[in-house]
Amino acid sequence: MRTHVPPLTRPALPGTGPTGARAGALAGALAGTLAGALALSSCSAAPRDAATADETLRVVGPFEVHSLEPAASDGVFTRLEVAETLVSSDLSGELTPGLATDWSASPDHRSWTFQLPAGATFHDGSPVTAEAVADSLERAAADEASPLAEAAVERVVAAGGAVRFETARPSVTLPALLTHYSAAVLAPASYDGDRVTEVVGTGPYAIDSVELPASVETSRFDGWRGETPPAVEKVSFQAVGRAESRALLAVSDQADVVFGLEPAGRERVEAADGLTLESSLQPRTILLKVDHEHPLLGDLRVRRALSLAIDRPAMAGAVLREEDLAATQLFPPSLTAWHSPGLAPLEHDVARARELLTEAGFAPDADGVMRRDGAPLELTLTTYPDRPELPALATAIQQSAREAGFLLDVEVANSSEIPAGHADGSLEIGLMARHFALVADPLVTVADTFDADGSDWGVMNWSDDRVLDAVDDLLRDEPEPRARADRATVSRVAQEELPLIPVAWYRMNAAVNDRVADFVIDPLERTWRISELEWSA
Amino acid sequence: MVRVSGPRLLGIVARRAVQAVGVAVLVSTACFAIVRSLPGDAAYRIAAGRYGYDLVDAESAAAVSAELGLERPVWQQLVDWLWGVARLDLGDSLVTSRPVLEEVVYYLGGTLQLAGAALLGAILIGGPLGALAARHPGGPLDRATTAWVALVRALPPFLLGLLLVLLLSVQLGLLPAVGHGSASGLVLPALTLALGLSGLVAQVTRDAVVEVRASEHVRFARTKGLTERAVTTRHVARNAGATLVPYLGVQAVVLVEGVVVVESLFAWQGLGHALVHAVFWRDVPVLQATALVLTLLVVAVNTVVDVAVATLDPRPRTRDRSLDRNHSRSRPRHQEVPA
Repeated sequence: MRTHVPPLTRPALPGTGPTGARAGALAGALAGTLAGALALSSCSAAPRDAATADETLRVVGPFEVHSLEPAASDGVFTRLEVAETLVSSDLSGELTPGLATDWSASPDHRSWTFQLPAGATFHDGSPVTAEAVADSLERAAADEASPLAEAAVERVVAAGGAVRFETARPSVTLPALLTHYSAAVLAPASYDGDRVTEVVGTGPYAIDSVELPASVETSRFDGWRGETPPAVEKVSFQAVGRAESRALLAVSDQADVVFGLEPAGRERVEAADGLTLESSLQPRTILLKVDHEHPLLGDLRVRRALSLAIDRPAMAGAVLREEDLAATQLFPPSLTAWHSPGLAPLEHDVARARELLTEAGFAPDADGVMRRDGAPLELTLTTYPDRPELPALATAIQQSAREAGFLLDVEVANSSEIPAGHADGSLEIGLMARHFALVADPLVTVADTFDADGSDWGVMNWSDDRVLDAVDDLLRDEPEPRARADRATVSRVAQEELPLIPVAWYRMNAAVNDRVADFVIDPLERTWRISELEWSA
Repeated sequence: MVRVSGPRLLGIVARRAVQAVGVAVLVSTACFAIVRSLPGDAAYRIAAGRYGYDLVDAESAAAVSAELGLERPVWQQLVDWLWGVARLDLGDSLVTSRPVLEEVVYYLGGTLQLAGAALLGAILIGGPLGALAARHPGGPLDRATTAWVALVRALPPFLLGLLLVLLLSVQLGLLPAVGHGSASGLVLPALTLALGLSGLVAQVTRDAVVEVRASEHVRFARTKGLTERAVTTRHVARNAGATLVPYLGVQAVVLVEGVVVVESLFAWQGLGHALVHAVFWRDVPVLQATALVLTLLVVAVNTVVDVAVATLDPRPRTRDRSLDRNHSRSRPRHQEVPA
């Protein structure tokens, strides 16, 4: 390993320094001890603040809030239902009305009109006017980090009780792009010049207090336009970086909903009374991004050998504690439209991997390392610790690949090293987690992943006309069954050519206290659906 | 009580003030140079810090670079920063876009609360323990203290913290397990640090007290008929204090800088946390400001220690060393605290 970076993550933030790396290792070593200690601490006295706990929903997660700007907020304000996007999505990823009640496109898909609800108000009491919404969304469209920037929005104009988007090129996916948290609509009072100084939204909950980076408190907004007011009156969100700490909060009844549990804590929660572990398969795939212009990796036989060398079920079992998370293809089953059950699954076959390498002109040396023209099959695998399972998977892949004769150097760096390495061509193999539904329609992310010019978090120096044609078709809003055939083409070519080598799928979990009813995890992580929760009788 | 003379106090403060300015400029510049020389593209790092890994790409990095003027010559960026500091303007965080001063004050507040409470706890636990152990060196209490020292020193704060949470929060339900801001939330992290530190405080106190008690001037005090109580308060405590205070000064500095693990375990927002983030994200202004504040804090702690030691041990430092030798046994051993 060339660089040792502390396990500092954005969503899961252990907040560890140079000493933290040691603590991270220690955490692992102590996992067993801790599991035992946790087991001793069966359900016991709850230091519940009687005055507030009964009406406050206490949510704990690893997500720190670094900014009030929608694009840099990590979606916390939309998850807490403070701010709303024009378009929302349901649990199956279908688009549903958000702040907008209805929308329609011009025949050329270059102009979209979104109807606004009559009589809606922002949390400060000001009316939700078309001008205010248009202004807020123009700011979002101008933010390069927002997926909305992809749509080439030229202007957003107020049109009576509606807002109209005009785009430079046809944009079939604009409503889906508008589901992203960076496109949340904020009141004029939220802005001071270019900055967001306050989050004044339109959602069922309004901000009571924000203490960046770790705490947000909200309460029910009485002026909300919804028909039935939410059952939960007050919500407190707290960011807690360490998974151990989060698990302790869950089992000691100091939090009602705790997101992001790691295996030891997960087992404890499953065993505890009064807690339920909820989970949902995410539209996220852990995969290897490979440089196709690399003299070794450009050869399909080498890519297939690498794929065959990876023992996915063993890794998923050891690292993710669930063998079923081993990827059999690029798109997880949660992406129902894109997952192809008919595809022959990716397999683990070291002997076949070595055969392929031999066909490609490699021969093993005395140590079992494959060599061609004297040079070893040596590659650098770059990954990042923002998702704690990635470095662990990287070393597991390193071991697996070694059996087939690959020498992989694992480099754990900042997440930005993947796009930066893509840009300057220095990346060889990147182990990364790709979210295929950053916006409600996976097509947006799929189109970007397989872009002809490559993609920061997608293919590198690889393109295939079959995939490009299929994606173009889909972006023209081709009807079924042609669209279905196009999606199948993308899945099939990806499986055959391995432009990206899938490793594992991903599951999101949460410990939920039994006093909370009707809790459901949104697979897209867009919202925590707090307004739909009930207190158990 | 012997008072430190005005000119001497002024001298200490003036010397430290000059030191503060020099060190501040040096540390800021070094910070800037080190961050600039780190591998990795700063614009990408900052974009990753701001938007998270799902949204960092070439476009967002380019937008960050253009917004922050990262393409400007390096010397220009450094001069801008130093000029800002001279005007007491620390700038805005590159990642959160909030004023750096606001962020640093927030995190410093958290750190000072935690460090202060921990130090106080360590003194309250370790001080009496060490003093009692010193009464009968080699006795049962002394041996028990040694065992205590070994135990709390051997337990890493991470484990100690978890055990305390399990006992006091999960089992007994007395305190919240984690959380920042409330007084009850401060107890567990402070106790974790205080217990760890109390071992060393006990040991240093014990050694200092044993040494002082064996010294000639204490023997003389006893010989002239002072009660044991008077000997302890007037002679032993004061001389042992001259050893203990510089030691606690060093520990205070360590507590301010080195409690990242405990901060993260208890989700306590402190400077360690801010510093690690700033390095990871290449948030140069926050890094420089944090380093600057820490530097000034070290100087401030040293100044307080100097003044305190001068009060406890008023003998002028410039006197002839040959005169001093006779009193060497009662001189504090660790007078200089590394800055």
